[in-house]
Amino acid sequence: MAEVHLPSTLAPLFPELPRRLELEAATVAEAIAQLDERWPGLKDRLCEPGPSLRRHINVYVDRERAGLDATLDESSRVDVIAAISGG
Amino acid sequence: MPKTLLLIGTRKGLFLIEGEGRRDWTVRGPFCEGWPIYHAIHDPDSGTLYAAAASEWHGAGVWRSGDLGESWELSSEGLSYEDEDEGELKLSKVSGLTAAHGRLLAGAESVGIFESRDGGVAWSLLSTLEGEPGSESWNDPASQPPGHLGVPAILPDADDPTHFWAIVQGYGIFETIDDGGTWTPRNKGLRADWPLENPEVGYCVHKLVRSPVDPERFYQQNHVGMHRSDDGGRSWTEITEGLPTEFGFAAAAHPHDRDTFYVIPLDPGHGRCMPDGHASVWRTRDAGSAWERLDQGLPTRDAHLGVLREGMAIDADESAGLYFGTSTGQVFASIDEGESWDEIASYLPGISSVEVATV
Repeated sequence: MAEVHLPSTLAPLFPELPRRLELEAATVAEAIAQLDERWPGLKDRLCEPGPSLRRHINVYVDRERAGLDATLDESSRVDVIAAISGG
Repeated sequence: MPKTLLLIGTRKGLFLIEGEGRRDWTVRGPFCEGWPIYHAIHDPDSGTLYAAAASEWHGAGVWRSGDLGESWELSSEGLSYEDEDEGELKLSKVSGLTAAHGRLLAGAESVGIFESRDGGVAWSLLSTLEGEPGSESWNDPASQPPGHLGVPAILPDADDPTHFWAIVQGYGIFETIDDGGTWTPRNKGLRADWPLENPEVGYCVHKLVRSPVDPERFYQQNHVGMHRSDDGGRSWTEITEGLPTEFGFAAAAHPHDRDTFYVIPLDPGHGRCMPDGHASVWRTRDAGSAWERLDQGLPTRDAHLGVLREGMAIDADESAGLYFGTSTGQVFASIDEGESWDEIASYLPGISSVEVATV
């Protein structure tokens, strides 16, 4: 099961969305799709049409910067980060 | 006793200011998770609050609250253009909101108008004004000002749900009488201090208001001057003379008198603050022949305040109440038609919009 960590800005938008959860997915895109099934609209908060990751959303797989097509395995750690921006 | 509710859209969330008898104001918020709010409205038919928002991180959407701010939900369902990944149109923000005739309308950037008929749960594209003069360039980033808003405002007709006006930023006013099927530019008589390829469009309309008591009477503050229309927007006459500057954003039409109208002139340069650090609202009572400064209770020294295009609202009380919010987070209120003012909030985030409702 991949371990997914979500940004603090996301949790308040979706009831009972945890900051950390585990799921089985082959890619980052599939992981986000699964999250969107459970919390409809979540994909739109992370991705632009295309889809591609939003400009200020970064994803790391096992601490390496990754895109939607990055592959996951049973032990992957996925960090979804809202980039430092604004003020 | 009914309460007066001010909806204050800020760079860091929505705030609500409530007062009984338009006094004893209390501030609630921030709401909408601190998302930047461009414009927020109250739908008098349903009692729902709506706030147009665009997060740097999570995109654009419209928040809604059916319990006067106690709880909020966000939706961006349908707020996108077809084939955004390949097409030229990309929805970067939702700007002006309007509730009328049982539906919501939202202006957007890229230039478009979306509607919701289920109380803001789902949206669909109503019009992109495709083919109208100016549409060949208005979504080109090279033609856009910083912070482009697309369609910053939509003004509905009170009686006909298919009849409304839309501002396209930097291009002017367009009117439809068939629910966005066809449009007519309504910019005749406006001044432009820059070359125009097509005299029908190319005008920077900041704020358009209509007299509630005379549907033929419109006023607008634009980039270069105040203007009045006596024929439902079909032609415009400049009424800037007597004001300290020709530039400003906010404007309000009196609820009961077609000839009374309020503006907040600003320096037209980069500063875009009230001239000479002297906070003032200006009023005409004769449709723009003469203007008077209203500043009792406002700071008249070292007050370099800016007020944006949705930053002033007026209520429908017999003695009209005016409310404006500044780019530096102050809210001022007058319950005597602008004669005197009180500062009712001082330390909010930068304010982008003020609307007033009775609840």
